[in-house]
Amino acid sequence: MAANAPIIDLKGIDVTFKEADRTVRAVKNVDLEVAKGDIYGIVGYSGAGKSTLVRVINQLQRQTSGKVTVSGQNMGALKGKALRQARTKIGMIFQHFNLMNERTIGDNVMFPLLLGSKLSRHDKQAKVDELLDLVGLSEKKNDYPAQLSGGQKQRVAIARALANDPEILISDEATSALDPKTTSSILDLLKNLNEKLGLTVVLITHEMQAVKSICNKVAVMQSGEIVERGDLLTIFSKPTQQLTKEFIETSSQIDAALANVVAQPSIQHLQANERLVVLSYAGASTDDPLIAQLYEQFKVTPNILFGNVEILQNTPVGNLGLVLSGEGDAVDKALAYVKEQGVTVRQINVAEYQAELARKAAEADTNAEGEA
Amino acid sequence: MTTILATDFWTSIMPNVVANKDVFIQSTWETIYMTLVSGIIAGILGIIIGIALVVTAPGGILANRTTYWILDKLVNIFRSIPFIILLAVIAPFTRLLVGTSIGTTAALVPLTIGTAPFYARQVQNALVDVDRGIIEAAEAVGASPMQIIFRVYLREALPDLIRTSVVTVISLIGLTAMAGAIGGGGLGNTAISIGYDRFENDITIMAMIIILAIVFIIQILGDLWARKTDHR
Repeated sequence: MAANAPIIDLKGIDVTFKEADRTVRAVKNVDLEVAKGDIYGIVGYSGAGKSTLVRVINQLQRQTSGKVTVSGQNMGALKGKALRQARTKIGMIFQHFNLMNERTIGDNVMFPLLLGSKLSRHDKQAKVDELLDLVGLSEKKNDYPAQLSGGQKQRVAIARALANDPEILISDEATSALDPKTTSSILDLLKNLNEKLGLTVVLITHEMQAVKSICNKVAVMQSGEIVERGDLLTIFSKPTQQLTKEFIETSSQIDAALANVVAQPSIQHLQANERLVVLSYAGASTDDPLIAQLYEQFKVTPNILFGNVEILQNTPVGNLGLVLSGEGDAVDKALAYVKEQGVTVRQINVAEYQAELARKAAEADTNAEGEA
Repeated sequence: MTTILATDFWTSIMPNVVANKDVFIQSTWETIYMTLVSGIIAGILGIIIGIALVVTAPGGILANRTTYWILDKLVNIFRSIPFIILLAVIAPFTRLLVGTSIGTTAALVPLTIGTAPFYARQVQNALVDVDRGIIEAAEAVGASPMQIIFRVYLREALPDLIRTSVVTVISLIGLTAMAGAIGGGGLGNTAISIGYDRFENDITIMAMIIILAIVFIIQILGDLWARKTDHR
């Protein structure tokens, strides 16, 4: 395999399920390349085909068509023992942990080593101890899964997944059943393993927050297709698809803030020379004293309504809600200047925005009634 | 205490039981013998068939529509035949297998055939309850079908298998009571052919008490064992 070839290379993957009265195309012609050392997030609502897609990587799900290459090996051609051998190099963790209830924590981690590992009994024990130490659960070795919390169970599952020293770890909604605090500690652990062991991680989730905190690349899935993909920063600062924007919104709450703002009487009655805008920026543009420039160069007065700055992959990504007021076309000139600086400008027409909010709310109600 | 142990006491309340003490000892052994031997053979057959049903079922780790269909129908058919009829129907097969169709050993064949499908269904139910996710996790770390059967299915389902086995053994003891119909002896036979037919009610009652005692002991030991192995 070439030095820079992706460790996971999916080409034209299609997965179709035949049911009694219909066929379901769960994954549609998906290409995906994951480089060694990536933490690749795959985001989508449930039913988008994410789980099916990642199961193709270790062939728990056979593709209907397409080619799967993992570490240079054509996975689709592998069967029986060769396939099982290849699977040992791809660890997997699950939403519901899937630990064996009747085995102790130590024995759960030991399990993959019982299946044909050439290590001596003593070395296996040492490996189990080392793994439990790595996930911080050494003292739970002789407990049973039922005695552990969700986060601890997931840590055991991670230790188990690492028993055969895999190069890849697939995380299938691994934090979705956990509370926010535990979620972030599990994500930190994954990040840590990525850095320490050079582990490539494929992380499926419906929570953009999880992606935001550890991934360097993201793909957004909808109805079996990847609708948008790229590195984290680009996706977050310049999303192009509606679905991507929705996911980002769930994690940044900008729309929620905006909805609050437009409900204010002072905003509803903006003067002709006033404009409500949301500025989104990433990286270097946050270093410039942009707001100060607006006043100095254009005599435009910015009134800050809300804002947030997040650090994604060591780069600040910010959103700022402002009301700009200035004489004549000063505001337009100022916005043009801001755009030149690489900042995304979203101008909000308050009346239209409110109408849209009302329409969305009505839509949500109709949906809810339909489901009930 | 002395009253209870005194032969006089027993003679006064169960005269026929005391008179037929040897019959009781022998028929108790017959019941235990039939239960044990046919239980072990039916147990092995039932576990094999039960596993086969689970792994060949649609979506199973060795899914095979034909094998599953055949096993499923066979189990259903044999479970549907009333035992007393099964005893008679398979007599030629019994003769072929053990050389005779009458006696305690001959009763082993129908007892086994009557119990194995029942147990297979119970094993199937116990194994099906093993979380599909646990099986998937085992597949993901590279476990082979045999490793999944022995190291995951049987291990994870052990407490349920124990409970299920207790139920099966108890129902098997019930079946041995019918073995008298083909000269198989046992406590059931004693209760009917001596106790009932000769109007010696104390014999019938004693046979029932011994069977109840055996059942209770098995139930209690089984529960203890199941609880000890269950870590869920």
